[in-house]
Amino acid sequence: MPDTVFDRIQSEIDGSPVFLYMKGTPMFPQCGFSARVVQILSHLGVPFGSANVLEEQELREGIKEFSQWPTIPQLYVKGEFVGGCDIITEMFQSGELETLLAEKGVEHKAQA
Amino acid sequence: MAMPANEIEALIKAALPDASVTIDDLAGDGDHYAATVVSEQFRGLSRVRQHQIVYAALRGRMGGELHALALQTSAPT
Repeated sequence: MPDTVFDRIQSEIDGSPVFLYMKGTPMFPQCGFSARVVQILSHLGVPFGSANVLEEQELREGIKEFSQWPTIPQLYVKGEFVGGCDIITEMFQSGELETLLAEKGVEHKAQA
Repeated sequence: MAMPANEIEALIKAALPDASVTIDDLAGDGDHYAATVVSEQFRGLSRVRQHQIVYAALRGRMGGELHALALQTSAPT
């Protein structure tokens, strides 16, 4: 894998406090797992950047190698890989996701 | 592009012999599964690390032959 893909990923996850690699776009997710993570982030009122791996084969393979994680979506907070759909869902339900966002100083809507 | 549930279980148990593994075939198509894996080896690890161990056990099939495996991992309570 050329370093350029890794460099690009690194600059994306450093460039936004919250960044999502997904299938489709936040407006039009093209996979149920990606859609669920978008829904959770929207519910929490978290602004996030995203990249559509379906548009770039190189990115689709590169992101899997970058994180040693075989599936999309992948969520990064402050440059750190937090998880895919299952982990994000579980963390949202337990409140851990909000705690993480608060700890990392990421803008979001406080939950009741 | 499907994979039988017992094959998934066998691969996980080969890597984590102490694990208790429960697998549900969500859509009945041999392609969308939910797995719950409980192993002492997960204790103290982050969820990402726990899932990475399971993905490693599946030796590259996840994301390829196996399209969807919803994972839940934990250490025994």
